[in-house]
Amino acid sequence: MSKIHVSTTVNGDPVDFLCDPRETLLDCLRDKLALTGAKEGCGTGDCGACSVEVDGRLVCSCLMLGAEANGKEIATVEGIADGDTLHPLQEKFIDYAALQCGICTPGILVAAKNLLEKNPDPTEEEVRYWLAGNLCRCTGYDKIIKAVMDTAADMREAS
Amino acid sequence: MALDDDLKKDGFTFVGTRPKRPDGLDKVTGRAKFGADMVAPGMLHGAILRSPHAHARIKGIDTSKAEALEGVKAVVTRADFPDTVQHKPGMAGEMWNVLENVMAGEKALYDGHAVAAVAATSALIAKDALKLIEVDYEVLPHVTDVDKAMAEGAPVIREGSADRSVPEGLHPNVVRYHESGHGDVEAGFAKADLVMEDTYKTEATHQGYIEPHACLGMLGADGKGELWCTTQGHFYFQKVCAAVLGLETSQLRVTASEIGGGFGGKTTVFMEPVSLALSRKANRPVKMVMSRSEVFRATGPTASASMDIKIGMTKDGTITAAKGTYRLQGGAFPGAPADFTAMCGFAPYCLENVLQIGYDVMANRPKQAAYRAPGAPMGAFAVESVIDEMCNKLGLDPVEVRLKNAARDGTKSSYGPTWDAIGQVACLEAVKAHPHYSTPLKEGQGRGIASGFWFNHGGETSVSLALSEDGTAQISVGTPDIGGSRASMALMAAEVLGIPYENIRVTIADTATLGYNDVSHGSRVTYASGLATIKAARDAVEKLKGRAAAEWGIDPDAVTWEDGYAKPSGPNAGEFEPMHITKITGKMGRTGGPISGHFEATPEGAGVSFGTHIVDAEVDPETGKTSIIRYTVVQDAGKAIHPTYVEGQFQGGAAQGIGWALNEEYIYGEDGRLQNSIFLDYRIPVASDLPMIDTVIVEVPNPGHPYGVRGVGETGIVPPLAAVANAVSNAAGVRLKELPMSPPRILKALKDQKG
Repeated sequence: MSKIHVSTTVNGDPVDFLCDPRETLLDCLRDKLALTGAKEGCGTGDCGACSVEVDGRLVCSCLMLGAEANGKEIATVEGIADGDTLHPLQEKFIDYAALQCGICTPGILVAAKNLLEKNPDPTEEEVRYWLAGNLCRCTGYDKIIKAVMDTAADMREAS
Repeated sequence: MALDDDLKKDGFTFVGTRPKRPDGLDKVTGRAKFGADMVAPGMLHGAILRSPHAHARIKGIDTSKAEALEGVKAVVTRADFPDTVQHKPGMAGEMWNVLENVMAGEKALYDGHAVAAVAATSALIAKDALKLIEVDYEVLPHVTDVDKAMAEGAPVIREGSADRSVPEGLHPNVVRYHESGHGDVEAGFAKADLVMEDTYKTEATHQGYIEPHACLGMLGADGKGELWCTTQGHFYFQKVCAAVLGLETSQLRVTASEIGGGFGGKTTVFMEPVSLALSRKANRPVKMVMSRSEVFRATGPTASASMDIKIGMTKDGTITAAKGTYRLQGGAFPGAPADFTAMCGFAPYCLENVLQIGYDVMANRPKQAAYRAPGAPMGAFAVESVIDEMCNKLGLDPVEVRLKNAARDGTKSSYGPTWDAIGQVACLEAVKAHPHYSTPLKEGQGRGIASGFWFNHGGETSVSLALSEDGTAQISVGTPDIGGSRASMALMAAEVLGIPYENIRVTIADTATLGYNDVSHGSRVTYASGLATIKAARDAVEKLKGRAAAEWGIDPDAVTWEDGYAKPSGPNAGEFEPMHITKITGKMGRTGGPISGHFEATPEGAGVSFGTHIVDAEVDPETGKTSIIRYTVVQDAGKAIHPTYVEGQFQGGAAQGIGWALNEEYIYGEDGRLQNSIFLDYRIPVASDLPMIDTVIVEVPNPGHPYGVRGVGETGIVPPLAAVANAVSNAAGVRLKELPMSPPRILKALKDQKG
């Protein structure tokens, strides 16, 4: 099967790759661009471990074809920190032990960052429903929710 | 091993603080390498063909069309594995079961059982090739329910699987039998004012780790191999892979990736030998990653259970006798933890008369694997439900009744040993004192209390600690870090060495660079690897003291170690300036060579664990939906090394237990096929399902660990099934006896009650 040439932008860098029409954006990020931060936990859009932003919109990269990324702006967990300065969410996740095994963490950070950009002052319920598409099996979510709420509070104070 | 003497009773400098975990940065930036994140030059991609039948004879497999597909480099079936597995000491019998599960032999034993595998130049080609493999099946009658599997006339999974423990006259699918207890239960029941007897059932659930199984194997014609995989125990994987492939154990080096959750499910070898077998045939590295559906169909689940509980109680709440019969279905192989279920059920209590019986039953389901305190949650669900109902009947407070009957120091346990220094009473007292327990409930809400017990485990353990010339330390441990254990190891080493936590690097060593380590299971890592780390650090400290003593020209016994300094032990030892660790390590090459500390042993003082949970739930009588309103976990940690991660274990266990209680279950069709093999249909708790989970860390020091640690990983999942069931039953006004308490089941119970 002939391959499709895709030109896109990932974390601000222009990139090109060839993909099979059946390959997902997640496959392309991981296998062609060596960006393995996004994880495949289910391949059916149920776990959110593969969350990325496409033109600012939060999507499961396992549900989008690589070919559809042409001309888009993709943002992954690898682009959240500013050089060696972590994003406040990343700092807070470490401080609060909001991760145990860490496999869901990239997707949750991408989703939480997307939330705070849209809603800098979310209620606990809003955070819980926003992250309802990101499964975590280790933490019971308690420390994740607290980390997101407290990051939001800190960022409001700083702005 | 007598460790009681070195239980540290005075204050701690590092232990009990909450520093950032050493691998935090890697895990929030996406750079941590998990199982599927590894690549190798020339790598192929593997895929597995799985049986669509619950039970079928494999009459023939034609792989010729798959082999002819461009890009396919190897196809393997059972014929590519040795006829007999190698005997490895300590692994009697189980290796054959592992091989049979990894790749089906004469029969496919469950929906999802591997029958063939392909390695190709791309994952897509490998999947395409699977469709070209033709398997000739003769479909056989199947059975998936535990009670049906041991009933007369049930299809026999494998004749001759039962061991000598099984009494005569039972169905051949009953393969192990357990009986324990003491006293005379019949005499005990005769003394009771109230005797209740009931049957409880739980469905199989999956550990549900978010990272599917993944590995990358390379095996050359010289019998030397490399394996990278997500695992709770790479040393065990090394041993198993070597056994089923006919290799010398030491010639296979296994490296554990970061592990994206295990909960017991990654203590079992499912796919790794297939990657190595494909690699041996193709002479190239082969990467394999399971899909979520494969994870559900072919790995992990717990046993399902059917249990009869009979308890006698006097009017004042004293339990006079308790009897439990536990039937557990563990898939198409022996190994359902019916013995653990039986032993744990009544363990929180001090009983004069107790009897427990367990049946391990085979059925056409995937081979059960450990899941966090394997076997214990089911038994606790049954026992704690009956106790709750009896408290309601007798008008007694459920915490007071549990306190009245609580196992204490000196209690002869339900399954034999007599206990010393246990935390059941301390936990119950903490529950009683917690504001949650005295907060009034709102209309339509119910409160549930339940206790739980888990053994905890020590296991074979090796740790090496090497000092660098700048006075920093690197620790090699062999237990994969499944939830922040690097932080705990560094804290314990800092405590002994007296150097900053940040100056210690903890690495999960591969199988070629450290002695054998049992898997990360049994809540053993902070206990056993922690103990080993302390002992290795103390070994290094002795050597540091020796170097200082030599320089000062005094006896090593006259030197003490405090806060990173060697000091003369007293005025008689001589007048010397304290010597900092960096002064010693800086010249260690000239004073006797590198300084390292080691520990290799099998610590046996793990210290049993108890916990009690409080749950408030609300049931919507229109829809049958349950909401968890408030949740509190109280558990004995012995000594919390990093309290934040201890809380995390409590909260995670509770959340998994809530899922088991309310939503999660394996659903089989009439055809014996699993009907809910994706996360949409097998629904684990999401953030919007749960409240905050409050925690109370009780600390009753374990005399078997230098700092008093007892494992905390597993006990947290033991009480919640029962605690939630008690809360739901009290809210709904009807006793729920079968898990999960999904909305249809609750609606049915409400309807049946109305008649």
